[in-house]
Amino acid sequence: MATDKIGEKNYTAGEMMTVAAARELRSGMACFVGVGPPSLAANLARATHAPDIILIYESGTIGAKPSRLPLSIGDGELAETADAVVTVAEMFNYWLQPGRIDVGFLGAAQIDRFGNINTTVIGSYDHPKVRLPGAGGAPEIAASTKEVIVIVTQSPRTFVPQLDFVTSVGHGSGDLSRRQLGFTGAGPTIVITDLGILRPDPASAELALTQLHPDVSVEQARAATGWALVVDHNLTTTEPPTERELAVLRRLKASTEASYDG
Amino acid sequence: MTAFLTLSAAIAEYVHDGDSVALEGFTHLIPFAAGHEVIRQGYRDLELIRMTPDLLYDQMIGMGCVRRLVFSYAGNPGVGSLHRFRDAVEHDWPNRIELEEHSHAGMVNRYVAGASNLPFAVMRGYTGTDLPKHTSTIASITCPFTGEVLTAVPALRPQVGIIHAQRADQAGNIQLWGITGVQKEVALAAHHTIVTVEEIVPRLEPLPGAVVIPGWVIAAVAEAPGGARPSYAHGYYDRDNGFYREWDLISRERARFATWMEENVLHASTAG
Repeated sequence: MATDKIGEKNYTAGEMMTVAAARELRSGMACFVGVGPPSLAANLARATHAPDIILIYESGTIGAKPSRLPLSIGDGELAETADAVVTVAEMFNYWLQPGRIDVGFLGAAQIDRFGNINTTVIGSYDHPKVRLPGAGGAPEIAASTKEVIVIVTQSPRTFVPQLDFVTSVGHGSGDLSRRQLGFTGAGPTIVITDLGILRPDPASAELALTQLHPDVSVEQARAATGWALVVDHNLTTTEPPTERELAVLRRLKASTEASYDG
Repeated sequence: MTAFLTLSAAIAEYVHDGDSVALEGFTHLIPFAAGHEVIRQGYRDLELIRMTPDLLYDQMIGMGCVRRLVFSYAGNPGVGSLHRFRDAVEHDWPNRIELEEHSHAGMVNRYVAGASNLPFAVMRGYTGTDLPKHTSTIASITCPFTGEVLTAVPALRPQVGIIHAQRADQAGNIQLWGITGVQKEVALAAHHTIVTVEEIVPRLEPLPGAVVIPGWVIAAVAEAPGGARPSYAHGYYDRDNGFYREWDLISRERARFATWMEENVLHASTAG
């Protein structure tokens, strides 16, 4: 609704990214959430259009309903508000591995044109330029959830032609890779950035730009991509964040800041 | 049979230079007091095992206790990098550390196999990733019934497992609740398990969702109130979120890190 929007430049590119990601989530979806941007987007969805989304954190909380944004996947409030708290072994073996979870929500330090993700090292493994945290739950989340949503800032540093390390498999080397690897889930169906949205081409599985956020040009998106970016011929424009989306998002962020002082 | 020891006596009794030691607690009940006691007693060449090496392992790595790290995610939760871990991997400071890197699913299954006294665990995982190229403890195995190719990871059997729990009773039975993580698996996988607790009570009141570990599989119980700080103990105290952010600044520079450790760990009295 036009009346629901706020004026130009009243939100940041990062806020647009989070809002766009939140809009992909629906009530009733079981969503495996990583900490950071995925958690912010998932909690925004729960506080706005998807109140009955099932938030699952790898610490073992299923159906967590936090009142503020958790700082860690192990926050006590996640356990207190969850439908069930299970052990980490149960989480990975009984819940994730069998493909029970609808959506895996992942971030990335590097992503390639087939949606494969690196969160391990920049540079060589034995002598890394930057040592990143590593895999965590991501490889099996990427393999076993029904679909994967990736949220990542778009720049030549993150959108690279060749990953320094494959931590989590997206569409492998393209088209039939996932089936050949024996994965049951669809893999990354959408990649949401601060510039727009990419989706895998149904035939080649290569990510194509299908949507731009307001006031972003195709040239900007191309310049922020380390490979020759395919642009969908039906390119659309993202609806800007509504006042409500922004208000809730900012309240969630403020609650995080407050908990650092408390 | 459980021995009730002070924390310093428990660490001195069971930890030795070169041992494999798992201090566990998945984001909750992280055994900081016990880890600090390991640092104070000056152990070297440890193989440290932990799914989520966070501030505690950052401190142990920076203090030169560690030869080898077995892990799946080394970050400061909600904040960013572990600077001491990065300095060790990127610049060999204070010493080179060898990495054995897994995913969470792999690590937890390794503990399950250890607790079950099986040589390995079977799972679906790591397929298509670069982890098997660098980690020798990831292999494939064919299911004898269906022919499906699956992933095998070897059991973890740490020489010493260390966890923190809310309570023990006077027979040494352990009770923990909230996010219970991988503590039971580690307690049963380790050859010797040390448990620090917030308090020792006459009788464990049943609590919904609580994990109880019988005392006869625990080597030593040490009372260490506040022993999980700055992480948290559900029902006792909250996570000190501000400190996790502060650590990012303390740990960035070697000198500031060393001073902080000197003042806050080396010269602090033991909790038990």
